[in-house]
Amino acid sequence: MKTFQKTLIAAAAVVLSTAAMAQTQVKLKVGLMLPYTGTYAALGNAIENGFRLYVAEQGGKLAGRELEFFKVDDESAPPKATDNVNKLVKRDQVDVLIGSVHSGVAMAMAKVAKDTNTLLIVPNGGADAITGPMCAPNIFRSSFSNWQPGFAMGEVAAKKGAKTAVTITWKYAAGDESVGGFKEAFEKGGGKVVKQLTLPFPNEEFQVLLTEIAAAKPDAVYTFFAGASAVKFVKDYAAAGLKKNIPLYGPGFITDGTLEAQGESAEGLFTTLHYADSLNTKRDNEFRLSYAKTYKLQPDVYAVQGYDAAQMLAIGLKATNGDVSKKAEFAAALEKAKIDSPRGPFMISKAHNPVQDFYLRQVSNKENKMVNVAVKGLADPARGCKM
Amino acid sequence: MWRSRVWLTRHAAARCECDPHAPPLRGSLPPKGAKFPWGGPAGIFGPCAVVFCDQLQTMNLITFLIQCLNALQYGLLLFLVASGLTLIFGIMGVINLAHGSFYMIGAYMAFGLAPLVAGTLGGGFFATLLIGVVLAVLLGYVLEWAFFSFLYEREHLQQVLMTYGLILVFEECRSLLVGDDVHGVTPPDFLAGSLPLGDMMTYPVYRLFISGVCLALALAMYFVFSRTRLGMMIRAGSTNREMVQSLGIDIKFLYRVVFAAGVAIAVLAGMVAAPVSSVYPGMGNSVLIVCFVVVVIGGIGSIRGALLASLLIGLVDTFGKVLLPQAAGVLVYVLMALILLWKPDGLFKAG
Repeated sequence: MKTFQKTLIAAAAVVLSTAAMAQTQVKLKVGLMLPYTGTYAALGNAIENGFRLYVAEQGGKLAGRELEFFKVDDESAPPKATDNVNKLVKRDQVDVLIGSVHSGVAMAMAKVAKDTNTLLIVPNGGADAITGPMCAPNIFRSSFSNWQPGFAMGEVAAKKGAKTAVTITWKYAAGDESVGGFKEAFEKGGGKVVKQLTLPFPNEEFQVLLTEIAAAKPDAVYTFFAGASAVKFVKDYAAAGLKKNIPLYGPGFITDGTLEAQGESAEGLFTTLHYADSLNTKRDNEFRLSYAKTYKLQPDVYAVQGYDAAQMLAIGLKATNGDVSKKAEFAAALEKAKIDSPRGPFMISKAHNPVQDFYLRQVSNKENKMVNVAVKGLADPARGCKM
Repeated sequence: MWRSRVWLTRHAAARCECDPHAPPLRGSLPPKGAKFPWGGPAGIFGPCAVVFCDQLQTMNLITFLIQCLNALQYGLLLFLVASGLTLIFGIMGVINLAHGSFYMIGAYMAFGLAPLVAGTLGGGFFATLLIGVVLAVLLGYVLEWAFFSFLYEREHLQQVLMTYGLILVFEECRSLLVGDDVHGVTPPDFLAGSLPLGDMMTYPVYRLFISGVCLALALAMYFVFSRTRLGMMIRAGSTNREMVQSLGIDIKFLYRVVFAAGVAIAVLAGMVAAPVSSVYPGMGNSVLIVCFVVVVIGGIGSIRGALLASLLIGLVDTFGKVLLPQAAGVLVYVLMALILLWKPDGLFKAG
């Protein structure tokens, strides 16, 4: 009798465990590594919202596979990034990584993804290296490279007739690369960057450097900040009386998702980005309506990037019948695909970065209104990518 | 030594007096074996000093004065935030990591209370400040009763653990109540103007107002501590708790008052700073570290020291950003290290 019971229990255990295994095979494990606290918290939430919105529109499944989410708050802290990615890759054994916002964190993720051959889709972090020297068949980006919006703004500033410019940003990859893109295009267009001001991330005492700008008296100022610090910079710039004397240019991040808090101080600013509030295309209008209905919030560029990360994952999964281990087929499908984004359709370059239009936008009535297309189909030069 | 003096005076005179005709100094390194007046070899510091002077040379007098004003203003703001910590950490001996959270709560109060006050009392910037401070005193009183009163006799590690826990609790509450968005707070109309400064810049009146509040607070604290009976009891209590108790003074109540005052000052700092810093998640954490630096440099428990340390940090941070931007991030900590080497107890040790 006892042995019978034992076998019964053993059999039950086997049945249960195979059932559990079947379950885990069916569900695709998605690891979201995003900032949920700190200066980039709102950005992380917008990306997750966008991602989940696309999944919900597909009935909760991508290519027939249900998704299971694992979340890690990366706190926008590069020193903790490698440990955090390893939590998702080693402990939770996720099939695909989505993240992150901070360029430094995204770099650490790319390194781990490359070493462990895990699929990675970067929904924001624009570090040039991710689709440059570190590019890999299993690493994709649904957003931009830091170089791209900076380059677009450099062209615009030169065309507007500015001869000298001062740049101000945080001393880390995203800031340096954004300024690098601006400088390249601005100096090609006949301008000269006379001073490059930096402060350590995430320092926010701008008053000192604003005084330096006033002393240098350039024709234009180019800046890169994002999130709460972008709010503070734009407000301080106006409060220091510089806004009416020297035009302030920047990538769209300085006015995206921040206009409510910036108020009057952001009115009239010109920025360049791959998204704007008044594109007024059918695709974008549908997306905005659906996002607003689901989350009672207006979407921003981060939400679009999250949404497109899910779209890219879906395209790859479809081509491989939901099997993420077929990395080559996954990549081949994405390189051929035209992604139907709310920002306008875009392609993925050989280095897996979007080739996309950059819009010149102007802030008016707390909206980033599209003025025109600043650069059409701008591709990152992907310097150093051997693929 | 003599050679070095000559080299230094000659170069300093030529290059650092903002003389526009002085030839650029970059590249002209000090002569071999030259020494600075303090006796160290110039070899290491030479190039550094060269960049330093080069930058100074390009700065004209007006810019220099504006930068001094910036340094002063930043220093005073630091004092405003750090003085509450000096009270709690310095006098009561509790390591309070949640101090940054009180600052954050203050900023969110400035954002959240303004419409409520406008709805019930007809608005008013000072009415909002007053209500915020009253709420803060209540919060501080309850927190001391519920949590901190158990910590005085415990080890520092347990204090750190509990106050760190409080940070997480406050952050989560904030997330549930207000959400994770960034908010702007508008300064009151009568302080919204700005003064012209040089030909390009203007200086917001509100920043001057902040400096005024800081100075008033510094004076008030100094007065209370050195001139009143309450201040005397608090100072006595920090030296010998049992003795004060045996003199018939209710030390528990006294500490509760000090803690509530510390919280109220942090909240006031947050409310006053909100219009210039804006309001966002995790804003207390960055403030916390520099607050501890202030308390450590100034000497634990010394209000005079905290004020001096704040001004010193303001100066080093400001001119560090201008003159040595590559090292701006670490200069404050270098300052702390140097001062601790010179005076291991900080500038003024309370005694």
